[in-house]
Amino acid sequence: MSGQALKTSTSSKCISVVLSGVGGQGTLVAGKLLGKVAMKTGLDVKVSEVHGMSQRGGSVITYVRMGCKVYSPIIDEGMADFCLFFEPLEAIRWVSLLKKGGTMIINSAPVKPLPVLLGNEKYPDRISERIKEAGEGNARVIEIDAKQTAVSFGSAKAANIVMIGALSIFTDIPESVWKESIEESFSEKPHLISMNLDAFQAGRDLVR
Amino acid sequence: MKREIMQGNAAIARGAWEAGVKVAAAYPGTPSSEILQDVADTYPEIYAEWSPNEMVAMQVASGASIAGARSMVSMKHVGMNVAADAFMTLSYTGIKGGMVIIVADDPNVHSSQNEQDSRHYARAAKIPMLEPSDAQECKDFVVKAFELSEKYDTPVLIRLQTRVSHSRSIVEFGEPNEIEVKDYSKDVSKYVMMPAMAVKRHKIVEKRMEEIMADSSEQTEAVGMHEEHIGSSELGIITSGAAYQYVKEALPEASVLKLGMIWPLPEKRIRSFAKKVKRLVIVEELDPFFEKEILAMGIPCEGKSLLPITGEYSTSVLRKTLNPTSTPEQAISGSGLPVAPGRPPVMCAGCPHKGLFMALSRLKVQVMGDIGCYTLGALPPTSAMDTCVCMGASVGMAHGFDKASDARDSRKTVAVIGDSTFLHSGVTNLINAVYNQSSVTVIILDNSITGMTGHQQNASTGMDIRLSPAPAISLELLCESIGVRSIQVVDPVDTDLCRKKVKEELEKPGVSVIIARRPCALIPTGKGPKGKYARVDKDICTACGQCIRIMCPALTAGPDNKPVIDRETCNCCGLCVNVCPVGALSVGGDL
Repeated sequence: MSGQALKTSTSSKCISVVLSGVGGQGTLVAGKLLGKVAMKTGLDVKVSEVHGMSQRGGSVITYVRMGCKVYSPIIDEGMADFCLFFEPLEAIRWVSLLKKGGTMIINSAPVKPLPVLLGNEKYPDRISERIKEAGEGNARVIEIDAKQTAVSFGSAKAANIVMIGALSIFTDIPESVWKESIEESFSEKPHLISMNLDAFQAGRDLVR
Repeated sequence: MKREIMQGNAAIARGAWEAGVKVAAAYPGTPSSEILQDVADTYPEIYAEWSPNEMVAMQVASGASIAGARSMVSMKHVGMNVAADAFMTLSYTGIKGGMVIIVADDPNVHSSQNEQDSRHYARAAKIPMLEPSDAQECKDFVVKAFELSEKYDTPVLIRLQTRVSHSRSIVEFGEPNEIEVKDYSKDVSKYVMMPAMAVKRHKIVEKRMEEIMADSSEQTEAVGMHEEHIGSSELGIITSGAAYQYVKEALPEASVLKLGMIWPLPEKRIRSFAKKVKRLVIVEELDPFFEKEILAMGIPCEGKSLLPITGEYSTSVLRKTLNPTSTPEQAISGSGLPVAPGRPPVMCAGCPHKGLFMALSRLKVQVMGDIGCYTLGALPPTSAMDTCVCMGASVGMAHGFDKASDARDSRKTVAVIGDSTFLHSGVTNLINAVYNQSSVTVIILDNSITGMTGHQQNASTGMDIRLSPAPAISLELLCESIGVRSIQVVDPVDTDLCRKKVKEELEKPGVSVIIARRPCALIPTGKGPKGKYARVDKDICTACGQCIRIMCPALTAGPDNKPVIDRETCNCCGLCVNVCPVGALSVGGDL
């Protein structure tokens, strides 16, 4: 899958990345990792999340913006260069944030919300296909099974790092910076470092 | 100097440490909670405590200040209402060691009961207020606030809001000051606010505010910390805090006066800025606080006629109103795509509140609610709550129902209140109910933690903020000493017993307390036995749906309408086992 890589290191523009999923999927950990990567690259960066009612099972969103000088910590409609959707429903919920010409990566593994599990509402079918159709010519839509990939490395929890690996391909930030940042992010849990480095590499391989 | 990505709240803690703070106190409240926990976890030099409420925290900090130490107190916006009594008169006494009060607003009500604008407190109390717009400023403004506090002999307020508290950005560290405690000196004219002294101190307060107002205009570096960006003369914006970030994003051409000290307002500075632009727009979230003051100065400006008074602002809100041609193009508008089913917040798997609320729902009683995770009891499936207003209100309101109905309503009304909320301000209401001979039934939901705000300790948990052992107040003995006649303790997972006990207590005259005790499922003492989960015997199950109606995130209906247990999520609390009428569920499957 080829495409113009975003020249983060030389860009005077802000690069905006939305990470959205379900509580417990590790969007904030992934967001903080992106923050580290940006700082190592010499960029200004803001990472934003909301606490409180957004507990386990709720819809959660993390915003990361990096560039020479970042102002707003929040990404509004049409402002996101990249959207990492950790769950297909969240892609529908937040797709309006993606800018024309932007890229979205959707983790295909569904996490059914309670109203669906209780049979009160229906989980929509063919989400990725419908988004691809709707975004024809205006958005690059990539679907990966980050969960299954992560499970193959030992834990579904590393799906967030698989997603980051997939994103990394579309930037010109050197692979070494990503890997160093992963090592630092998990420095307090060193037994998780090699698994997450593998997950990162697998994410890269999925979209290359 | 070292640089690090920090959350705004963590930067406040860092600022307190750099400023040489000796004493820091708080009661948790979103979005302010991380400030004090970070102080406790990161800076062992600082004495830190969770106080039972914001008023106590304010008084602790003021005592430390008058004793000569630098002190800090932090709270959410509604906490300021609780602390206001102390705060209003601290303006008169002034300080000895610097004292800084952090108050975090929540525009858009992400996790609160209202979206009040705490800037009004600065004006009401005649205390200077600073407003940072990112994490770096959070740290820098705290350090500056301590200097100003000592320079002008006043407590200093710092206003945060959700997007500043909970956004992370790069902070360049400074060198820490030594912790210094000045010598205490008795000064009755300053610290004893009797009428004769207070009337003199009030004059000093007014003079102080005039002085600060002038200095804020003239000494930007040392006092005001304002920034002026001169761009186009067509449009000038006066703003502060998070709104400044949206202004810079949406209106890159505009001239901007960003206020650092937002009370008192730097009148001269505002006048000179207004002269440089043809059109002046005030961009401030929530109330038209600056706008009305600036209009009162006789300076024409626009604000709330263009922008909303409710909710939070964003880049797109400002673009739509002030720079519509710059609205970015979306890749996909969203039309034509299916509607995504919501993910409503629900009580966690194993949550001890679930069983009790199921009992209340079955009893169809009136429930006076309070502030905490258990406010979710108001939503389906239990829908068992009639009111939720503020900390501690449940007990007082139940008493009000009792008196309004000549005690008839107390046969069908309960108050529900968490352990931390009870100690915060429920206990005074319970004293009142006993003293004034009410017949209310109060249910204390004792989950042994302050849950909603992210698991902070409190006076009943047996641990202090740094998880060292601390005396644990006994809720039973406390209620007994107040004069509560009937005190029952139940396990909320036993929903049948809860129903029976509530029914019994409702019938009794006088004040009753039921303590529904089980630790929060997310803290170590509340976690279920490792590797165990609820098991379903499909041969016995009749697919009646009783267990499904709990709405437990770990238990859902399979294609045959029989329960399916998510083994990873199940906390093994046994609530589903208790509600199953045919005994098809049991606890103890091994993973």
